[in-house]
Amino acid sequence: MPDLNGRTIEAGAFKSVGFIGGIYSNYLALGKALELLKGRVDTVVALGDFGAFGPHPDRTLEILREREIAAIRGNYEEALAAGADDCRCGYTNPRDNEFAQLSYDYTKAKTSREHVEWMGSLPAHIRLSIAGKRILLCHGSPRRVNEFLWESATPEPFIKKMLDDHETDLIVCTHTGLHWSRFIAPGRGVVNVGALGRPANDGTPRVWTAVIEEKEGAPAVRFLPVEYDFERLAREMESEKLPPEFIETIRTGWWTTCLEMLPAKERAAGKF
Amino acid sequence: MEASAELINTEQRYPFSPLFALDTLWLQVAGTLCNLRCTHCFISCSPTNHSHEMMSLEDVRRYLDEARQMGVKEYYFTGGEPFMNKDLFAMIELALKQGPVSILTNGLLITSKTAARLKSLSDASDYSLELRVSLDGYDAETHDAVRGLGTFEKTLKGVLNLAAAGLNPVITAVEVNDDLGARQGREKFLACLKSIGLTKPRLKILPTLRLGAEINRTRAYESWESLRGRELTKDESLALQCSSCRIATSNGVYVCPLLIDSPQARLGETLQDSLRPFELKHQACFTCHATGFSCRT
Ligand code: SF4
Ligand code: SF4
Ligand SMILES: [Fe+2]
Repeated sequence: MPDLNGRTIEAGAFKSVGFIGGIYSNYLALGKALELLKGRVDTVVALGDFGAFGPHPDRTLEILREREIAAIRGNYEEALAAGADDCRCGYTNPRDNEFAQLSYDYTKAKTSREHVEWMGSLPAHIRLSIAGKRILLCHGSPRRVNEFLWESATPEPFIKKMLDDHETDLIVCTHTGLHWSRFIAPGRGVVNVGALGRPANDGTPRVWTAVIEEKEGAPAVRFLPVEYDFERLAREMESEKLPPEFIETIRTGWWTTCLEMLPAKERAAGKF
Repeated sequence: MEASAELINTEQRYPFSPLFALDTLWLQVAGTLCNLRCTHCFISCSPTNHSHEMMSLEDVRRYLDEARQMGVKEYYFTGGEPFMNKDLFAMIELALKQGPVSILTNGLLITSKTAARLKSLSDASDYSLELRVSLDGYDAETHDAVRGLGTFEKTLKGVLNLAAAGLNPVITAVEVNDDLGARQGREKFLACLKSIGLTKPRLKILPTLRLGAEINRTRAYESWESLRGRELTKDESLALQCSSCRIATSNGVYVCPLLIDSPQARLGETLQDSLRPFELKHQACFTCHATGFSCRT
């Protein structure tokens, strides 16, 4: 088997699976997404980054654990479980890192120890199958928890190599906050499920979840918008004294931070 | 005999950088030929430096074919000045069929017509086309001091032509001024870019490398500035650009863009020839390791 860093769980075959990308403490959107997916899919998997950005990190963790949502760990969970000093988000610009540090320090201080221990017990990857195709779930990429897979920078030849290297047909990931998919053949490719935690830099406050299910004999993806009470989240972020830049994003749907990581096409699509 | 040979080896040993995956392929499309002669150029490019010649479209096509088979993730075109290569547009078009492309340029040759052509190449691809323009300061005085009189204005013109065409270049600044790396220097630079009309300014700061012309501008490496005797952890290795890149030039494949003047860094004729681990004997390797710097955007 290929060398994947960290524990991998084999979960078996499913007809349809719902995916939760980065939640970033947006427990209100999480509640809505789970409602939306209820009865529609066999199971739901959360792909990591439960904390950061939003308020009251424990509320998200309570929902995930009470409802026994299957989960893998993201860079946030790795960092918290290791007691690290920063979130290992992989940003390269000092302004992005300052914001990342603010939310990490807040999240670290507000996450109960018991939840942090649970994070440490999560697998790094899950393998399952839909319509006979092998599917590998990871946070950033199969090889690195904090690798960014952007739509305009994840080309077909590279996808083919990743699928071969990791003996899978489909890779499902998050970490970038933008949802997209690229298939090189029916049921073979990459799906980035985007994020529940913050809008997709499209000028609307909605966030996104994804369903993968059989269509014409192969797994196919549908991205579902999630409408939630963003005004309430924004007010809670204000009372927690989280950065105004973050709150603006929640209200307007435009990213105001972490912009320097975006490739040209993704950057051009946003306002800032 | 055995024992003493081993002793010498231990003393002389440098860490090796294994290639974990060939993600980034650099193409030295303009060789070492440039319309400028910057005093900090780490490979001393100039109108008359022929150490590496312009690459032909055929050269580029061959490496792109090989790269596609190997699952390369991204392409960088550099020189010298890429826009001096008459086949550059054909090369960009070819590369954009199989992945995202970044072009490193001094911006001098980017007319509004060139910018419009670039924009249509970008629009025709699913992958990002990045233009990285070097600007070494936010005023003519600092910039022209390293790049030559009048170049600030000309580069700015190129940048504005790109912006007018709807392309948003990444401005690359080498840290010739000490405050640039700090948050304040950065913010000041970004504000300046906004004031000239870039609504979403993008900035990358690079450290200076004590190589090529830069040796005369400031100083060469000191003898202690090397990785001799060091061992690198996996994370430290992964942080080095050479763990995921190679560069093709008219003279073959080298380990990384910094070392194309170093014969020891030439790893072969084809990409396949160049996959072996590289011994980090060069003093530039010290900068990479110490600053965590990468030439990638
Ligand atoms: S730094 Fe760039 S623009 Fe200046 S001489 Fe070197 S290649 Fe040319
Ligand atoms: S100069 Fe940097 S990138 Fe090049 S071989 Fe040395 S360490 Fe690697
Ligand atoms: Fe992440």
